[in-house]
Order: sequence, then C-alpha cells, then structure tokens
Amino acid sequence: MGQVKSLDDLRRIKEDLQQKMKLRENSNDPESLVQIKVAMATCGIASGAKQVMDFFVEEMDKRNIQAVITQTGCMGYCFAEPTVEVTIPGKEPVVFGYVDAKKADDIIEKYIKNGELVEGIIPVNYETIEKK
Amino acid sequence: MKDFAMHIMDIAQNSVSAGASLIELLIEESAATDSLTMVIRDNGKGIPADMLSKVTDPFVTSRTTRKVGLGLPLLKQHADSTGGSLSIESAEGAGTTITATFGLTHLDRQPFGDIAGTVVLLAAANPEIRFVYEHKTPSGEYRFDTDEVNEMLEGMSISEAPVIRFLREMISENLKEIKISG
Repeated sequence: MGQVKSLDDLRRIKEDLQQKMKLRENSNDPESLVQIKVAMATCGIASGAKQVMDFFVEEMDKRNIQAVITQTGCMGYCFAEPTVEVTIPGKEPVVFGYVDAKKADDIIEKYIKNGELVEGIIPVNYETIEKK
Repeated sequence: MKDFAMHIMDIAQNSVSAGASLIELLIEESAATDSLTMVIRDNGKGIPADMLSKVTDPFVTSRTTRKVGLGLPLLKQHADSTGGSLSIESAEGAGTTITATFGLTHLDRQPFGDIAGTVVLLAAANPEIRFVYEHKTPSGEYRFDTDEVNEMLEGMSISEAPVIRFLREMISENLKEIKISG
C-alpha cells in the first residue's frame, strides 16, 4: 500500500520543475506563447478530442515548446472533429480539422515549428449557422 | 460516447461554459443495490425553468454554433438503457446538479474509461476552476481536490505536463486501491 502516490510526492515534481522553469524565458507572459485550443464538445469528444489533447500536452513538453493548451466548446465544425485552433504569437488563429495523433504531429513539426501550412485547415470564411 | 470519462468531459464542459468556479464529480458504486450513481454539480449560472424540462431533447441547445445538443440526451440514453435514470436540478443563478444512476453490473453499462486523465485534463485546461472528484466503492473512497493540489504547488501551474502526468498516475493508483469496477 505504501507505493500509492499521494500529493506529498508532488513536491519532488515541483522542485524539478522549478529548476526547469528558471531556464525558460517568457514563462509568465502567455501572449508570447503558442496557444492551442482543442474543441471539446460532444462532437469533439466522440471523435477523440481527448487523445488529441493528451498528445499535445505530452509532445509539446517533450519537444520543449512552451504552449498554453486549453479546451473550447464546439466551434461549429462538427463534421471535421476533432478540431484544433492554433495561434502562433503575432499571427491569426488557424483552425485545423480531422486532427488525430499523426496530424497533430504534423501541426507541431510543420506549422508550429516552421510556420508551414498543413493540410486540413478550415478556412475562416466558413459560415456557421450563427453567422447566416 | 464510449465510456463514462467521455460523458464526464462533456457534461463538465457545460459547467465550464456556465461560468462555474467549482465543479464536483461524485461517483458511488453500490454492490448491495447493484447501482452506480454519478453526480456532477456546479455553481454556474444554472438553467432557466423553461429550458430545464427541455434539455434532454436533442434538438434543444443554448449554443448558437449549431442547432443540436447531444450531451445530456446521450447521458440519459445511457442511464435509461441500464435500468437507471437521469435527473437535473437547477435554477437560474443557483448552479446545476446532474444525477445519473445506472445498473452497476448491467450489460449495457459502459466502462469507466480514463476518468483520471479526464479529470486532470479538465483541471489543467481550466486552472481557475476548482475540481473535486470523489469516488466511493464498497472497498473505500478516494477524494481529489484541485485546491489541495494548488496549495502543494505554491503558485506553480497545474497545467505543466509533468504535473498533469503525475496527477493522472496518482488518481489512477488510488482508484485501483479502492477497487473501482472499471
């Protein structure tokens, strides 16, 4: 029973992290970070949005790219779920559709790292019923 | 929806949209009555009385991006199919409590799925909201509270990947200790 983790074990993680944080710049300025929003409504969840979000959380950390990863509601592109909105500092947000782990990997490697566009972008002029 | 974790993510998202600052998830398994009760309670803006009777209708939603809302209808369908039921208590300005009951060993009861990962992901994506998750089984009970986590973190973000990873493992291990049904 002794091996079960408790909140006390979190202290160690915290200390490791504090060391790492000291090496980072801009960590207190969310404006300068990449923002990733995963659409997490019924349509997104049923299509695997959670796995996509797990992937971004893990991989952005492993690849040492600081980002704010959050959830949002339905963006109206239910047919293209899971959808992800990526905002690179100083650029317009871009929405990607049909995102799975492979597409998410492309988004990180090509779009976030190099600014190259990736297949599956949903054009911003797409009309949702709200706008009609 | 394939498991409880997905329902939880979905319903909790409603609470986030309702501006809740506290979201509580309670799951209780009872072998004696062969029942499973899941309660999701928030202190958000609540559901107006005229809407309350209609929210389990798939063609009713408060959002404007599309005309259907399937979160609650799917949860109700799942509960009903296991001999259970869904009830919603809410009033404008007074938060919302969703209670779903299921037949614990009913064949149509879906598995729990990754509840630990779901709760942690919700907490990480909404650091300003306090999440409390309590799970009771005949073998014991476990309680997770992001207020306690934040106290331990002393200002460090709950959204950091190593913290998320740790919390997910911690909750999973503790759920195993109280022998959740799966």
